[in-house]
Amino acid sequence: MNEPSSLRRQEFIAGVRDTLPLLLGALPFGLIYGAIAATSGLSFAAALAMSAFVFAGSSQFIAVGLIATQTPVAIIVLTTLIVNLRHMLYSATLLPHLRSLPQRWRIPLAFWLTDETFAVTVHRFQRADDSPHKHWYQLGSSIAMYLNWQLCCFAGLLLGDRIPDAQGWGLDVAMPVTFIGMIIPFVRTLPVAISVLTAGAASLLTLALPYKLGILVAAFAGIASGLLAQRLLRAQAALAER
Amino acid sequence: MSSDELWLIAGMFAVTFGIRYLLFGLAERISLSAWLGDSLRFIPPAVLTAITVPAVLLPDGQWQLSAANPYLVAALCSIAAGIVTRNLLATIAIGLAAFFLHRLWF
Repeated sequence: MNEPSSLRRQEFIAGVRDTLPLLLGALPFGLIYGAIAATSGLSFAAALAMSAFVFAGSSQFIAVGLIATQTPVAIIVLTTLIVNLRHMLYSATLLPHLRSLPQRWRIPLAFWLTDETFAVTVHRFQRADDSPHKHWYQLGSSIAMYLNWQLCCFAGLLLGDRIPDAQGWGLDVAMPVTFIGMIIPFVRTLPVAISVLTAGAASLLTLALPYKLGILVAAFAGIASGLLAQRLLRAQAALAER
Repeated sequence: MSSDELWLIAGMFAVTFGIRYLLFGLAERISLSAWLGDSLRFIPPAVLTAITVPAVLLPDGQWQLSAANPYLVAALCSIAAGIVTRNLLATIAIGLAAFFLHRLWF
C-alpha cells in the first residue's frame, strides 16, 4: 500500500526539481510585474489578486501597461483572451495524457497551466515509461511556479516604489533567455528545426498584427511547416524502402 | 479594491481559466485525428519561438539588429550555452550574465 504514495511523491518532487531553473527565469519577471503594477495605478490588493487568480505572466504585464494608459476594462479582458489563446494549444497537447483523470485533477492543472509548466511537463508525459502518476509531476511543477510567482510579485510590489526606473533595467531579458532554454530540448529532429525556424521568421512578418495575434499566426505557420516536413521525410523514407 | 478592478480581475480570470480548461473539461468528448495528433509535438517549440524572436530582435518595438542590442547578445549566448551544456539552468544563467555584462560595458 505504501508503494504508490511514495511513487507519487517521487513524481511530485521530480516536477518541482525540474522546474527550479525556470523559477530563476520567472523571478525577475515577477519582480518587474510588481514594480510596474505599483506605478500603474492598480491598487496593491488588486495587483496581488491578479497574480493569485489570473496567474498568467505575459497578460498580467500587458494588463498593467494598459491600465497605466487608462484602457477600458473590456479591452484589457479581450487582449488577455487573445494573448492567452496559446494555452489552448498547450491543453490540446496534454489532452491525451490527462483525459482519464477526474475533474478534481483537471481543474487545478488547467488553472496552473503556464508556458513553463507545460514545457517541462510535456517532456515527462512523452517519456516512454508507463508510470500512472505523471500528473503528480505536473502538479509539482505547477505548485512550484505558482508559489514562486506569488512571492516574486509580492516582493516586486513592496520594492516597486523603492526601485527607481525598474523597467529601464532590462530585467525582462529573463523571458527570452528562459524560453530559449525551454525551446532547445524540443529541437531534436529536422521537422522540429524547420518548424522553429518558420515560426521565428513568421513572428517577424506578422509584427503589424494587433493584440499580439502574430504569435498565434506564427505558431500555426511553424506547426504547418513542421507537419509538411515530416510528411515529406516519411514519403521519402517510404520511397527509399521500395 | 475598486469595482473596476474587481471586474477587471474577474474578467481576466474568466477568459484565462476558460481557455486553459475548455479542452480538459471536454476531454471525454474530444478525439484527435491522427493528423492533429501529429501536429501536437510541434506546438511547444513553435509557440515559444514565436514569442521569443520578436522580444530579442525588437526589444522596444524597434528593430535592433546589432551587437549593441543586449537582448540579442544575451539570446545568442543562451543558444550557444544551451547547445553546448544541454542544461536549462546554465542556459538561463549564462544568458542573464551576458546581458548584464553587456550593459556594464556599453
